[in-house]
Amino acid sequence: MRAYDVLLRLLPRSFRSEYAEEMRAIFEGRCRDARGPLATALLWADAASDVTSCAARVHLDILRQDLRYVRRSLGHAPGFALTVVVVAALGVGATTAAFSITDHVLVRPLPFPGADRLVQLWQDQGPLAGSRVELSPANFRDWQRMSTSFEALGAFNRGSDNLVGEGEPERLESATLTAEVIPLLGTRPLLGRAFTPEQDREGAPGTLLLSYGLWQERFAGDPGVVGRKLLLDDEPYQVIGVMPRGFHFPRRETRLWRPMRLESAAFERRDDLWLECLARLRPGVSLEKAQAEMRLVTAQLERQYPRENEDVGASVVKLRDQVSRQSRVLLLALFGAALGVLLIACTNLASLFLARALERRKELAVRAALGAGRERLLRQLLTESLLLATAGGLLGVLLALAALPLVARLVPNALPIAEAPPLDLRILAFAALMTLVTAVGFGLAPALRSLGDRGAVGLREGARVGSSSREGLRSLLVVAEVTVSVVLLISSGLLIRALVRVQSIDPGFEPAGVMTLRTTLPMPKYQPIAARAGFCASVLGEVRALPGVTSAGYTSFLPIVMGGGIWRIEAEGYQARPEEGRTASMRYLTPGYFATLGIPIRRGRDVAETDTAAGLQVAVVSESFVERYWPGQNPIGRRFRFGLLGGGAIGVIGSFQDRTVVGVVVDVKVRGLERRSEPQVYLPYRQQPENAMSFYTPQDLAVKHTGDPGALVAALRRIVARADPQLPVADVRTLETIVEAQTAPRRVQVRVLSAFAAVAVLLAGIGIHGLLAFTVASRSQEIGVRRALGARTADILQLVVRHGLRLAVVGVGLGLVLAYAAGQSLEALLAGVSPRDAATFAGAALLAIVTALAGSLLPAWRAARVDPLKVIRVE
Amino acid sequence: MTEPRAEIEALLPLPLATFHILLALADDDRHGYAILQEVARRTGGELRLSAGTLYRSIQRMLEDGLIVERRERPAPEQDDERRRYYGITPLGSATARAEAARLSALVRMARAVGLAPGRA
Repeated sequence: MRAYDVLLRLLPRSFRSEYAEEMRAIFEGRCRDARGPLATALLWADAASDVTSCAARVHLDILRQDLRYVRRSLGHAPGFALTVVVVAALGVGATTAAFSITDHVLVRPLPFPGADRLVQLWQDQGPLAGSRVELSPANFRDWQRMSTSFEALGAFNRGSDNLVGEGEPERLESATLTAEVIPLLGTRPLLGRAFTPEQDREGAPGTLLLSYGLWQERFAGDPGVVGRKLLLDDEPYQVIGVMPRGFHFPRRETRLWRPMRLESAAFERRDDLWLECLARLRPGVSLEKAQAEMRLVTAQLERQYPRENEDVGASVVKLRDQVSRQSRVLLLALFGAALGVLLIACTNLASLFLARALERRKELAVRAALGAGRERLLRQLLTESLLLATAGGLLGVLLALAALPLVARLVPNALPIAEAPPLDLRILAFAALMTLVTAVGFGLAPALRSLGDRGAVGLREGARVGSSSREGLRSLLVVAEVTVSVVLLISSGLLIRALVRVQSIDPGFEPAGVMTLRTTLPMPKYQPIAARAGFCASVLGEVRALPGVTSAGYTSFLPIVMGGGIWRIEAEGYQARPEEGRTASMRYLTPGYFATLGIPIRRGRDVAETDTAAGLQVAVVSESFVERYWPGQNPIGRRFRFGLLGGGAIGVIGSFQDRTVVGVVVDVKVRGLERRSEPQVYLPYRQQPENAMSFYTPQDLAVKHTGDPGALVAALRRIVARADPQLPVADVRTLETIVEAQTAPRRVQVRVLSAFAAVAVLLAGIGIHGLLAFTVASRSQEIGVRRALGARTADILQLVVRHGLRLAVVGVGLGLVLAYAAGQSLEALLAGVSPRDAATFAGAALLAIVTALAGSLLPAWRAARVDPLKVIRVE
Repeated sequence: MTEPRAEIEALLPLPLATFHILLALADDDRHGYAILQEVARRTGGELRLSAGTLYRSIQRMLEDGLIVERRERPAPEQDDERRRYYGITPLGSATARAEAARLSALVRMARAVGLAPGRA
C-alpha cells in the first residue's frame, strides 16, 4: 500500500486531499478481490498507469484553469503585463546575446573532434624575446622525433597567395600545412583527398585544398573543381580537394591550403624561426605532463646545440586558450554587464510583482476564505509569472538575435571559429534557464510573501496596503538597481574615455585624403631588383599624372597594417647596455611616400631616385631613433648597420652594408595606435638587396588625392593592369579606414556597454518611479491627513522626493565602491585611462541622481494633488 | 426549474465515463466505490472504470454542477466514514437526458442508412 501512496503523490495536493483516501480504499478492495500473483501484478500495472495518467490530466486541467484565470486577471492590468514582458525581454535578451558570444569565444570547444586535446607548441625564448615564439624547422623535426606525449605534431605557416587566371586576380589568405595537420584536427576533406607525405614531398607538383567558402564563391560549388589547375603567383597548382563547411584553420579568413614542403636547406639554421606547431595530446596525457616532457626534450637539444638553442624552452598551450587577454577581459566585462542588466530587470520585476501581490491581497484573501488552498493560489501566481516570463523570454531571444550582428564584431578573427555564434539548443537552453530564474525567483518570492500571513488581515476594510517591512524589501531592490546601474555607467564611461583617448592619439601621419592598395609582386618573376623597381616606377609615374593626385608613394608595409619587420640595430659610436632593446622597424620606400602620408621631414632629405645600389647606402630614420642612439647630436652623416636578433652582426651580406643617415622624420605608430612602436628606419627602394629580402619588396601604394575616390580606384586598377595584367589589386581602402579599424573594436565595446548602461539606468529610474508611485498610492490617507493638518504642497513634494533621493544616494555610494573594483579588472581595456577617473565617477553619480529625481517627480506631483477631503471621507 | 440550454449544449457530447456516472446516480445517491460497482453491473462487467478516471470525472462533474456531494449520510451501521456520497443535480439529469437524446438521434440517422438494427 505504501507504493500506492507514493503513486498518489503524483496528484496535485488539492485533488489528493479530496480523493486520495477513497482511491486508496477502492484499490484495497480490488487487491483483496485479486486472485493469484498474476492478477495482483496486472492490478498494479493498471493502477500505476491509471494514477499517472489521471495525475497528468488533473495537472493539465488546473493549468488550463489557471491560464484562463491569468488571462482574465492580466486583461485587467495590460500595463503591468506589458511592462513585465518588456523588462524580462531586456534582461533575457541581454544575457542571451552576451552568453552566446562569450560561450562561442571562450568556452565552447573548438569545432574539431576531441578539441580539448589540441595544443600549440611554441619556443619559449625567455622574458626578453617572449614565451610564444615560432619554431625553426630543425627544432620542429627534433621535437617531433623526441617527444612521446603527443599523438602527432604538425607544422603550419600563415601566408597569402595571389589567385590569378580565374577572373579578377585576387589575394587570398592561405596557409601551408604539413601532412599531419588535417588528420590531427580530426577532419577530412569534403571532396578529394588531404595532403600525404608521399604525394606532397619536395619536388612534387603543386597541390592545394580549397575552403568551402572559396569553392562556393569562385567555383559555384562545382564538384568538378577537383583536379583542376589554378595559378597562384604564376605557379600552377592542382586542386586536390575541398574542405568541409565550417572548417577554419588557423584563422577564420584562411581560404586555401597548400602542403608545407620543408626543403633540406630549411633545416640548416636553428635560429630561423617561422613555423607554428600544432599537436594532439595522447589520451590520458595532461598538459602539465606534456609540458614537463618538453622541458626534458628542449634541455637535451640545448646541450646538443648550446649556441643556437641557448635558453630555448617550449610552451605547450591549449589551442582553445590562444585568445588574447584583451578579448577575454572584454567578453567577461560584457557578460558581467549583461548579468547586471538581468539583475536589474529581475529586481524591477520582483518589485512589480510585489506591488501587484499587495494590491491583490484583498482578492487573494477573499479567494482563500472561499476555500482556495494556499497551494492553489501559489500555483496560480506562479503560472502568471511563468507565463509573463516566457513571453518575455521569447521576445528576449528575438532581441538577442537582432543584437548578434553587433556583438559578433567582438569575435576575434584570429580564432579558428565561425564569425557568428550559432543559435542552437545550448543558447536556447540558457535563455530558458534565465527566463525560469526570472520567473521563479522574482514571481515566487513576492507570491510567497504575500501569502505568508494568512487570515483576515487583507479583508479588513480600508486596511493599509504594504507594511513597512515590505516597503523595506522594495527599497532594497531599488538600491540594488541604482548600484548596478552606477557600476555599468562608470564602466562604460571609462571605456568611452579610453576610446576618446585612443582616437586622439596622433598616429604621426595625416590619414585624410589618402587611398591605399596592395600589389604583392610574385616571386621569382620579380626577384631582380630592376624588375621590382621598374614596376613601382612605372605605376607611380602614371599615378602622379592622374588629375587630382597630389602625391603618391610605395612602401613595404603601411603603418598599422603590419607591425613586424623588426631588426636589430648597431649604431656607430653607441655602446649598448646589455638587456636593452636595440631594434627598429625597417621599410623600403619610394620618394614621395612621406609627402603622401604627411610625415614631416625634420632634417635632411627624403630618399631619392638617385639613391641606387651603386651609390652611397643611405637611410632616413625617425626622431626616436636619433634620440636613442645619438641624443643631442646631429645625426646626418652618422652610420649604423643591421644585426640579427639571435646575436652577431650580419656584416656585409649583399647590400646590407653600413647605412648613412640622410634624413630624419617624425615617428609614426607603426604597430598601431595603442602599442609602443620601435624607432623607424626607411631605406630607398632602389637599394634593396639583389635576389633577397623579397618580403620587403614595396607593395603598399598610397595616393594623396582630392576628388572622387571611386574614379581614382578605377584609374589605379587600370594602371596596375597595364603594368602587369596578372597582378591582383588587393586591400583597396582609405588610410582613414585603416586608422579607424584600430578603434573599431573599442567603438563596438563602447556601444554595447553603453546600451547596457542605458537600459540599466532606465530600469532603475522606472524602479524608483514604481516604488514611489506605489508608496504614494498606499499612503494617500496619511498624506491627506498631513495636508488637512496644514502641510504645504512643497512639504509633500519634499517628502516624496526625499524618499527617492535617499535610496538613490545609498545606491550611488555602493555603486561607486563596486565600480572602483570593476574598473581595476577592466584596466587592460582602458588604454591608460585611470580606473579611478574622477570625472567619470562624478558624471555617473550625477546621472544616477538625476534619473532618481526624474523618477520621483510624477509620484511627488500626484502626492501633492491628494485631496484631503476625499481620502479622509473614505476612512 | 429550467436549465439553461446553452450551458447543457456546452457540455455535450459527454465523455463516456461522465455519462455512465450520471446513469449510476440517476436513481440513488452513491459513494465512489458503489458508482464503480453500479457501472460494472449495468454494463455487465463490460466497463470497469479505474479509480483515477472516476475521481477525475467526479471532480469535473462537481465543478460543472452535474452532481453534488451529499451532506446527509446513510445509517451509521452502513456508513464508512471515509466515503463521500454523490447525488445528481437537476442540471445533471437534464444533461444526461440531452446526451441520451443526442445519442438516439445518432442511432436514428444510422438506422436510416441501414447501419443500425431496427426499422428505418
